[in-house]
This record gives sequence, structure tokens and C-alpha cells, in this order.
Amino acid sequence: MNPSNAQLLQLAIATPLVAAVIIACGLPKRFSTKLAAAAFTVPMLIALWLWSQFPAEGAHNYAYLSTTYTGLGNFGISLKLGLNGIALPMFLLAATVGLAAGLYALRSGAERLKLYLVLLLIMHGGLLGVFASVDIFFFYFFHELALIPTFIMVGIWGGRDRNYAAMKLTIYLTAGAMLSLLGLIALYVKSGANSFDLIELKDAIAAGGLRGSTQNWIGGLLLLGFGTLVSLWPLHTWAPLGYGAAPSSAAMLHAGVLKKFGLYGLIQIAIPLIPLGLQHWAWKLALLAALGNVLVVGFVTMAQRDLKQMLGYSSVMHMGYCFLGIACLSTIGSGGVVMLMVAHGLSVALLFLLATSIHHRTHTFDLSEMGGLAQKTPVLAAFFVAATMASIGLPGFANFWGELTVFVALWKFSPALTAVAVAGVVISAIYGLRAAARVFFGPASEQLQRVTAQHPPADLDWREKLPALILIVALLFFGFYPKAVSQPVDQALAAPVPAAVTLPSR
Amino acid sequence: MSTELLKAVAASNEWWALGPEIIVACAALSLLVMEMVLPKKDHYAIPYFALVALGMVLVTVGMYFHTGWHEQDLMFGGLIRITDASQTARLFFLLSSLLVCFLATICLPRARAPRVEFYHIVLVVTAALMLLAQANHFVMFFVALETVTIGFYILVSYYRERSLSLEAGLKYLVLGALSSAILLFGIVLIYGAVGRVEVDGVVHNGFEYATVLNFLRENPDNFLATAGALLVIGGVAFKIGAFPFQIWVPDVYQGAPTPVTAFLAVSSKAAGFAVLLTLVHQVFAPLEAVLVPVLSLLAAATILFGNLSALTQRNTKRLMGLSGVSHAGYLLIGVVASFTVPWAQGAVWFYLFTYLLASMAVFGVMAYVAGPDDSGEELDHYDRLAKERPFLGAVLAIGVGSLAGIPPLAGFMGKLLLFMAAFQAHLYGLLAVAIVGVVISIFYYFGWIRSAWFESWTPPAPGAAPARPLPAGPKWAGVATLAVLVFATVLLGFFQAPLTSWLLP
Repeated sequence: MNPSNAQLLQLAIATPLVAAVIIACGLPKRFSTKLAAAAFTVPMLIALWLWSQFPAEGAHNYAYLSTTYTGLGNFGISLKLGLNGIALPMFLLAATVGLAAGLYALRSGAERLKLYLVLLLIMHGGLLGVFASVDIFFFYFFHELALIPTFIMVGIWGGRDRNYAAMKLTIYLTAGAMLSLLGLIALYVKSGANSFDLIELKDAIAAGGLRGSTQNWIGGLLLLGFGTLVSLWPLHTWAPLGYGAAPSSAAMLHAGVLKKFGLYGLIQIAIPLIPLGLQHWAWKLALLAALGNVLVVGFVTMAQRDLKQMLGYSSVMHMGYCFLGIACLSTIGSGGVVMLMVAHGLSVALLFLLATSIHHRTHTFDLSEMGGLAQKTPVLAAFFVAATMASIGLPGFANFWGELTVFVALWKFSPALTAVAVAGVVISAIYGLRAAARVFFGPASEQLQRVTAQHPPADLDWREKLPALILIVALLFFGFYPKAVSQPVDQALAAPVPAAVTLPSR
Repeated sequence: MSTELLKAVAASNEWWALGPEIIVACAALSLLVMEMVLPKKDHYAIPYFALVALGMVLVTVGMYFHTGWHEQDLMFGGLIRITDASQTARLFFLLSSLLVCFLATICLPRARAPRVEFYHIVLVVTAALMLLAQANHFVMFFVALETVTIGFYILVSYYRERSLSLEAGLKYLVLGALSSAILLFGIVLIYGAVGRVEVDGVVHNGFEYATVLNFLRENPDNFLATAGALLVIGGVAFKIGAFPFQIWVPDVYQGAPTPVTAFLAVSSKAAGFAVLLTLVHQVFAPLEAVLVPVLSLLAAATILFGNLSALTQRNTKRLMGLSGVSHAGYLLIGVVASFTVPWAQGAVWFYLFTYLLASMAVFGVMAYVAGPDDSGEELDHYDRLAKERPFLGAVLAIGVGSLAGIPPLAGFMGKLLLFMAAFQAHLYGLLAVAIVGVVISIFYYFGWIRSAWFESWTPPAPGAAPARPLPAGPKWAGVATLAVLVFATVLLGFFQAPLTSWLLP
């Protein structure tokens, strides 16, 4: 383990935050955009470097560890950063989507661009921090740091219903975050480790063990809190509304990366620390996810007429697969979820980006008012169709491996639910392909003809192409070389878990 | 108190231990003298004298925080006891009064109100607050408390030509007198149960904290003393605005001048908690079995009442008042937790400091946004604030965000420490209530940020009435003060060592 790599990790998180502060202090706009571009790029380069340097073995399977005390050392809170095999792919995902969202924001020409960039940079720094935190308090802290700018961005730059959406988003997500915070504090208090450090928590629980009943209620608390944040049915209603209103870059970062916080928390924290508690809830979680997220929301998605709402619902639906993978409580299930999180993060960010590009050309999100755009913008059409294919889970894209692995794990858990989940793929194929067809093929609607007569649509320019290319290249790379994700994940998941965490429940 | 004692006190240097209070009181008197002596054109300098005096005392107390200038902690025949907590309280009240005076330099000229008396009373109240936190004797306690309260009676109705201010003053007077009566009755009941004047020895002085504590240790189920303790707690609950003694809060907060509202919200509340912590740990500790359920009930009801009633407020001062009630509820959780988790007392103080920073920043913005009449300030007046005064908009967002407990701001750290203490004390029911309260509070706090930041990016509809123009923004001193408050709020969110190394060693 190289100490300078640990400092690089700190640098990756600090760069966007420092850049945000500098821009907020009144840097002129010319320099601000350049600085922001640099601040979005540096974490990506560092993430790639750290990924290439990731050791096969490390203490507790963590690499690049570093600890900074902020004054709460007495309470076992310290800024402990590091990456393990589960965190590494997520960190890479955050860096990639952050870069794409940042580049897209730079060209978006949003009103008050500097404030927009400041908020986006804070969000990016928070996201990188979430996945690099070994200390579960800072894991939560960075999540909130990234969440607050989302609310403000929806409120200021949001589209339709932005006030209502911002308020609903804030209340739902604060409630979810508060519940998860209680769950995390409960782990801290009950484990007896007197530390929020995940490694020490694991050791303490392996040594002492948590009673089954304690695990049950902590598991319930965490599932409820994380479930709200990840839009588990029926707590999902903020998601389509929020994504429908959010500006593109915020939607990309939130749907693509920030929403994975809850799932990541379940895999990284809950499964190793309170497996019995999760087992207690596994069937309920699986039923909610399969029937609610996959089936019900799947049908609701089919009924959507608004492109962005449809994307919002489809992301809720895909979260159902992730929950199913977690409910399996198996190594292969968790591994599949990490794969799926990375893949879905990339593909949904790409779809939100393209949806906004479509809106720039059609001036509407209403699917019935579009059509025939492919003749005028073939590159955009090609990107969108590819992103749709990825989102459905066609082989060649990363999503395929994620879904496949989850289904394999799910078959052992319950063949019936597997059937439901596979049916969900058909549903997502129906709405995905239908949306692509409505937007790009067939005759153009009257409204669209009127709009295009006034503003003849141009194809994607390179500033839009570049972020889209970054995302699609990543999707294809992981699609053809899934080992890049599966190897570190496997290394972390196959590590011995605290032995059965026993003591019968009383 | 016998003459020998007074002689002994005069011969020793015990007076010096109360130096800060004495200096502040002397400064208060010299303000009046200066007004008489100085020519009228120099009167503008008098408020700055008050600010400088407070600042210097603050720095001195801070410098001598741990070493102190006194040899023993119990002084003046047991009237005064200086502890780390009382030193913390002194610093808190000095800092708070300094900021209140800063707010007054904004508000009083706008309202064309007389100035010097205001600073005079604020300084007197400050000295009394500092004594209150060090009281170790019920008579001392009551005298200091009444000095504070009477000062507030005047301050609340300071705009004596405004009906709302007078109404607020009257309401505060009537209810304050009622609470003082309750408190005094409680003290008398305790004295009756504890004291035996005819007997020499430990029970001779039934007012002294240590005597009461000893008595309660021996007789924890004495009905008279328990009833007295509960009445005393009731009187203190009036100060902190805890349910069911919170009914005065919205009207008084609305009618009082903004600096006084800030003074009530921060110092008066903190004084209540300083006293409450002293009382429950140094006097009423043996009554834990009674106090814990009572205080828990109080905390839960306070949180729910404060948040639910703040939900529909459009007037910013009422909003601050009612949300302040809910903050008192969170702090009461800390007090309850401190029975089993000793460090919870430090957490309460940490929370109070974060609350001071955030509240003063928000009150500062309110003072700048309000026109000459500050009692009718509505959320709608914040439209376009972020666009026309981006600095004030940012200060408001950070201050309100910290009050709401949004990470990474200081207020979140305060709530986190309280919740962790509550968890360790197994107060799961209270935690659930607190979480519900926090989520409710997001709605109204966020609504405030929304009116400042989101509402008005679209131009007003043609033909709509022209919006009220915003008053002038802060000058450099105001900018600097607000910037320091905001900077401290953000810094404490990331790096808590400056406070924790001192409050939670």
C-alpha cells in the first residue's frame, strides 16, 4: 500500500469541494468554467489510477486508508477514508458520472451558471466521499452533503412543478436519511465498538455478536431509511416527480450515483454486520421489490406519456432488481447488485442526458408530440437506442451481467420471484423500445413540425457528444470486460464475514 | 448572612471572582452617565462603548477560562459557585449579548427609538444572566432571575409607541409574573420541607443547593419537596419556552423588537437550560425517578407542539419563536439523557452554541430585511432576496439550514450529539418523536429558504402590484459579523474540535 495513493484519494474528494468554494468566493465566470472542468476531471483521473493500482490483498481488504480527526474522536468519529472491492467500482462510477454531468452542465448555458457549477461540484465531492468513507458517520455525512444541492438545484433550475417537487423530495429524503442515521447510530451503540469505523464495527461484532432481536429492529430501521432513499415501493413517489423536475445534471448525478447510497449501505454495512436482521426482513423486502417495484411500477412506467417521468419510473423499477439481489443474501446476489448499480448508474445518467438533449430539439417531453427525429439527428438517435438497449439489459452492455447475476442468485432464493423479475425485463423492453420509436421514428407530430420549422434541430455537437461518449464507452467496457468490476467485488464479498453473528434471539 | 461574613468577603479578594459581572454592570451605569455628560453630537458613540466593553470582558473571561482568578469554587458563603459549566455560560451570555447589541445597532436607528437605555438594560441583564448561571443558593437564584425577567419586561415593550410591542410587553409581564410566582412557591415549599432555622448545622440554611441535595438524598419520597421541585422546574420551563409554558412565545416574539427577540430566543433559553442542568444534577438529582418521566413528557410535547404550530406560520418572528420551542424540546432530550450519560451536558451546550450562531445569523438577516416596523415581517418579504442581496440570501440559507439540522452545518452536529446521547440513554421513544419533529421542521425551514431563493426567478405578472423594495443591505461591519457567524457555522460542521475539545473533553 502506497501512502501517496491515500493522499490521492483525499485529493479526489477535496478537489471539487475546494473548487466550489473558490468559485463561490467570486471567481470570474471565464475562469470558473475552466476550474470546474478541471475539478470534474481530476477525480476521474485519480479514480482510474487508483483502480489500476488496486491491490489484490490489503488489511481488511481495504486499500488507501487514511484517518483525519475532526474533533469527535471521543465518540469514535473520524474522517477515515479508504476503498475496498465494493467501494472501488462505486467510486469509479461516481467519478465517471460526475465527469459526464459536469461536462454536460458546462455546456448547458443554465442561468446563473456559476451557482449551478458550485452546487454540482459540492454534490460531486459529496458523492466521491460517500463511497470512499470507511467511517459510517462520514458515509452518511457525505451523502447529505451531496443531497442538499439536489434540493436547491431542483428548486431553482427545475422544470414543471419544481416547487412542489423540491419540497416533496426534501421531505421524503430527509425522513429516509434521518431513519438511516438512527440505524447507523444504533449500530454504533449496540455493537459496543464505541466507533463509527466500519472495520472496528466488524471486529467488535465478530467478537461480541448482536442479539437476533436487536439485529431485527436495526435491520428494519435501515431498510426503511435506505429503502426510502432508494425508492422502494411504496416509498418511491418522490423519485419520478423529482427526476421529472430536476435539471439534467442533477438528475444524472442523483439517479445515477446518489440513489445507490442506500443499496451500497445495505451491501457494505448491513449484510456483514446484521445478516440475521436482514434475513428476518428478506422475504418482505423481496415481495415488495418484486411485486411493487418491478411489476406495479413497471406497468405504471408503460403508461407514462412524458419521457422524463418515464425515465424516473424506470429507474424506480430497476431498483427493484437491486433489492431482489440484496434479499438473496448471497455473495453472488450482492455481487450482481454492485454490477447492476454501476451499469444502471451509467445507463440512467446517459438516458437523462439524452432526454434533455431531445428536449432542446423538440421543446417538449411529451412522447405523443414527437416522432421522426432520427432523420434529422441520427447520432442522437443512435445514442438513445443504445442507451435504451443497455437499460433493458441486452448482452454487450454492463446491465446484462448485473441482471443475469441477480437472476441466477434469485433462482436459489425463489424461482417464482425470478419469473416475476424476468417478466419485468419484458416490460422494460416494451416501454424502452416504444419510447425510442415514438421519439425517433414514424411521422413527426404536428406540434413537432411547427417547432422544428422554427428551430431546425441540429445533431449532437461535440460538447454533448463527449459526456455521452464517456458514459457509453464505460457501459460497453464493463459489458465486454465485467471482470473489471467482478474481481474486486468478489475479493471483498468472499472475505470471511463475522462468524454467523450468533446468540439466539430471546 | 452575618456581618462577619461580609467582613471576611471584603478582606479576601473574592469580589474579584465576580469581576466580569461587576465590570459589565459598571459599564451599564457609565452608559447613562455618558449620555448625560457627552454633547449630543457624540451620542452615536455610546452603543460602541457598550460593544467594546462586552467584547473586552468576553475576551478576558475566555483567556482565564480554565485558570480562573479565584482560589475555591464556592464563594460568598455559598451563594456563588464557579464551575466549568458556569464559565461556559458566562462566555455564552457575553457572546450572545454582544451580538444582540450588534443587532440593535441595525434596528434601533431604523425604528427611530431611543438608544442608550436599550444598551444599558441589555448590559444589566447580561450581568444578571451571568450571576444566574453561577447561583448556588435559591435566594441568589431568584434575585438574579428576577433581574433578568424585569429587564426583559422593559425590553419587550421597548417600542413604546407600537401597540404590538406594548401588547407583547403586557403578555410577557402577566405570564412572567405568574411563572415567577410558581417558581417562588416551589422554592418556599422546598425551604419548608428542608430548612429548620431553629436548628444549627447543616439544615439551618434551607435555601442552599447542597443542603437541599442532602435532604433529598435522605428523603427522596418527601412529597412537599418533590412538589416544590416540580414547581421550580415549571418556572424554569417558562424561560425555555417548554410545553405547557410556551403559550407566550409567539406573541411576545412577534411584538418585541428584533434584537430583543434574538435575546429572548438565545440568552433567555440558554439561561433556562443552564439553570435546569444545575438544578437537576446538583439539587434535584435524587428525584430522578420523578424528573425523568416529567421531563421526557415535557420534551416530547414541546417538540411536537413547536413543530406543528410553526408549520403554518408566515410571520418570520412567530416562526422563529415556535421553531425555538421545538429546539427547546430537543435540548430537553439532552437534559433527560444527562441523567444516565454525563457527557450529554456538554452536548446540550454544544447545541446551544450552534443554535446561537445560526439564530443570530438569521436574526441579522431579518433585521436587514425588515423595514422600520419589524413585527409584520412575512415570508413573502423574502422574495427576490437571493437575487438582489445574494450575501443575505446565502447567510439566511446557511443559518436556517443549520437550525433545521442539515449537514454539513453546525446545527446537524448539535443534533447528532444529542441523538447519540439519547441513544446511549435508551430514550428510543423520545428519539422517534425527535425524528418526526425534524422532518416536520424541514417543511417550514425549507419553505423559508424557498421564498428567498426559488419563488421569484420569473418576472412578476404585468399589472401586479409592485413588490415592497428591500431595505438597504449591510455595510462592512454587518457583512463581517454575519460572515463570521456563517463561517463558524460551516466550520463547526466539518471540524468540531474548537468546541468539543472544550465542552466535551
